[in-house]
Amino acid sequence: MFFNMQLTYEIAGGDFGKAGYASSEIKKVLKKLNLDLRIIKKIAVALYEAEVNIVAHAYRGSLTVEIDTVKISVKAQDEGPGIADIDQAMTEGFSTASAQVREMGFGAGMGLPNIKKNADELNISSEVGKGTELEIITYLK
Amino acid sequence: MEAQTFHHALTILTDVCIGCTHCMQVCPTEALRVKNGKAELFDNRCVDCGECMRVCPVNAIIVEQDDFSEIFKYKYRVALVPSVFIGQFPRDIPTRGIYSALLEQGFTHVYEAEHSAELLRESINEYITEYEDKWPVISTFCPAVVRLIQVRFPSLLDHMMQLKPPLDLAAMSYKKHLIDKGHNSDDIGIFYVTPCAAKIAAVKSPVGDESSPINGVINLNFLFNKTYRTLKNNDREQCPIPEKEQLKDFEMTWTLTSGESTHVNRRSLAIDGIHNVIEFLEKLENGEVTNFKFLELRACDESCAGGILTVENRFLTRDRLHNRAKQYLKDVSEGKRLHNKSIDQYKPYLKQHINIKSIPARSMLKLDEDMGEAMKKMERVRNLMCFLPAIDCGACGAPSCQSLAEDIVQKRAAISGCVFIQQSMQMKNKLSNDHALRIMEKTWGENRFDKDCTKKGAKDES
Ligand SMILES: Nc1ncnc2c1ncn2[C@@H]1O[C@H](COP(=O)(O)OP(=O)(O)OP(=O)(O)O)[C@@H](O)[C@H]1O
Ligand code: SF4
Ligand SMILES: [Mg+2]
Repeated sequence: MFFNMQLTYEIAGGDFGKAGYASSEIKKVLKKLNLDLRIIKKIAVALYEAEVNIVAHAYRGSLTVEIDTVKISVKAQDEGPGIADIDQAMTEGFSTASAQVREMGFGAGMGLPNIKKNADELNISSEVGKGTELEIITYLK
Repeated sequence: MEAQTFHHALTILTDVCIGCTHCMQVCPTEALRVKNGKAELFDNRCVDCGECMRVCPVNAIIVEQDDFSEIFKYKYRVALVPSVFIGQFPRDIPTRGIYSALLEQGFTHVYEAEHSAELLRESINEYITEYEDKWPVISTFCPAVVRLIQVRFPSLLDHMMQLKPPLDLAAMSYKKHLIDKGHNSDDIGIFYVTPCAAKIAAVKSPVGDESSPINGVINLNFLFNKTYRTLKNNDREQCPIPEKEQLKDFEMTWTLTSGESTHVNRRSLAIDGIHNVIEFLEKLENGEVTNFKFLELRACDESCAGGILTVENRFLTRDRLHNRAKQYLKDVSEGKRLHNKSIDQYKPYLKQHINIKSIPARSMLKLDEDMGEAMKKMERVRNLMCFLPAIDCGACGAPSCQSLAEDIVQKRAAISGCVFIQQSMQMKNKLSNDHALRIMEKTWGENRFDKDCTKKGAKDES
């Protein structure tokens, strides 16, 4: 049987104290679905990194999770500066994070590579001056 | 494979329980409900942290223990006491006085459970070096934390340190010591004096180990009262029996916060208090926490000094144990300490048996075994939440609107249990006043809403 469910959480840019809140809320739902533990772990990491990138680099955005019995897809959309060179952004260690952000323990340039590592598929589209959209897909089997 | 059944030591005395919401509201795994005016526990969700017991206004939640007379079934009766037991007594009572009072009550031997800490200090460091893939390694010292992770954070089970806790190692070592002295194994009864419910559960149904080397459990508060009374009636100067073996300084403080973590040679962190532990585990699960190699996580504030069965203020206990450790170091420098630890000769034997198996998940939060069914139920929960008021008042007998919704889809409750839904059903003449009252009585008990001036805080409180 085909089944489908959707969750959306809004994320405010710049509020590091709240970064991780949306991810944790989504995780709570996922834990109730009896998914494979490895899958929960992978998605938790990807969700969190995507959420922090919106907080750290964009003005505002949202996390949307769509779940069906075959896959879980996460969409992280934001209004923000966008990414000019996606390949460069995907490189381990590349970061444009400000000194202030680094002081808070972010900005190692590991977020996007980490998302890629923890996803079955990752699609990024971005428009400079407008915003960024990540699609992170995890297959359940 | 998931663990199915599970022993828990916390018991609700139904005739004492007044059916309020205190316990239900603090349970970290939402394991409590109120039905027919009494608290009910979902056995398989309970992690034995004892938070419910701390807040119960009428002491209706107790920790089951073995009958004290059990010890007399054995010829050799060992009191295996944690250092926090000694920390319950005022400083002017010498340790040997406490020991002899224990012997006076019927024990033939007294042994402190942290004698194995020196061995563990070595083994933990070796373990962390060997298992880089498990970083951060999470200590399995506190059984309430182990169970919390099984139930709420099963995806973190790979990090669990698969080493026996000090208590088991001390019991194994002392038993072997007595056997080597020529005593028959069946004649030896080892009784652990427990500061908490979680340790009892760990003894009665060990996780990652087939059986426990401990024969019985005695609650710390019970034995403290018995011992203190004996001491009060005795002349303290007449404590003839000296301690046979003495704990080292760091062993005395092993069960306090940072007791383990300060002895790990790599970057480590110590966290106490179950709600602090939960907050941290959320972060760990998100991959937010990196760099740490070892985590000491304890369910109680001030770790075992704050165990639910302790009697003394936890800060005073901590202070006493630190002072005792300082005194030890002073004595050592003056050549006044014993160095004859029986455990030293069993190190190779203990190391051979120090490992435990991997710890299975007990993800009790899932709505259904079948993922597709669980998704359908989740969707229904989200639908129900449109109607429930999100006040989390507990008047339905569940800790939150969300948990009522989850109970409904699992056929454990009905939506008419919500007082606000009832109200609107009555307005629309879909529910008679009579029926509404009966629903409330089903949750809170018969005649619960009649005038009663003897209840706590009322005019004729009794
Ligand atoms: N949502 C976004 N909007 C705009 N720029 C982004 C966004 N996400 C990532 N970037 C850009 O890509 C770079 C690399 O991102 P990545 O998440 O890998 O590292 P980081 O966020 O800088 O540091 P870390 O994730 O390790 O804390 C960022 O420094 C930023 O320039
Ligand atoms: S911290 Fe100590 S007393 Fe508290 S639950 Fe854990 S083992 Fe028991
Ligand atoms: Mg990032």
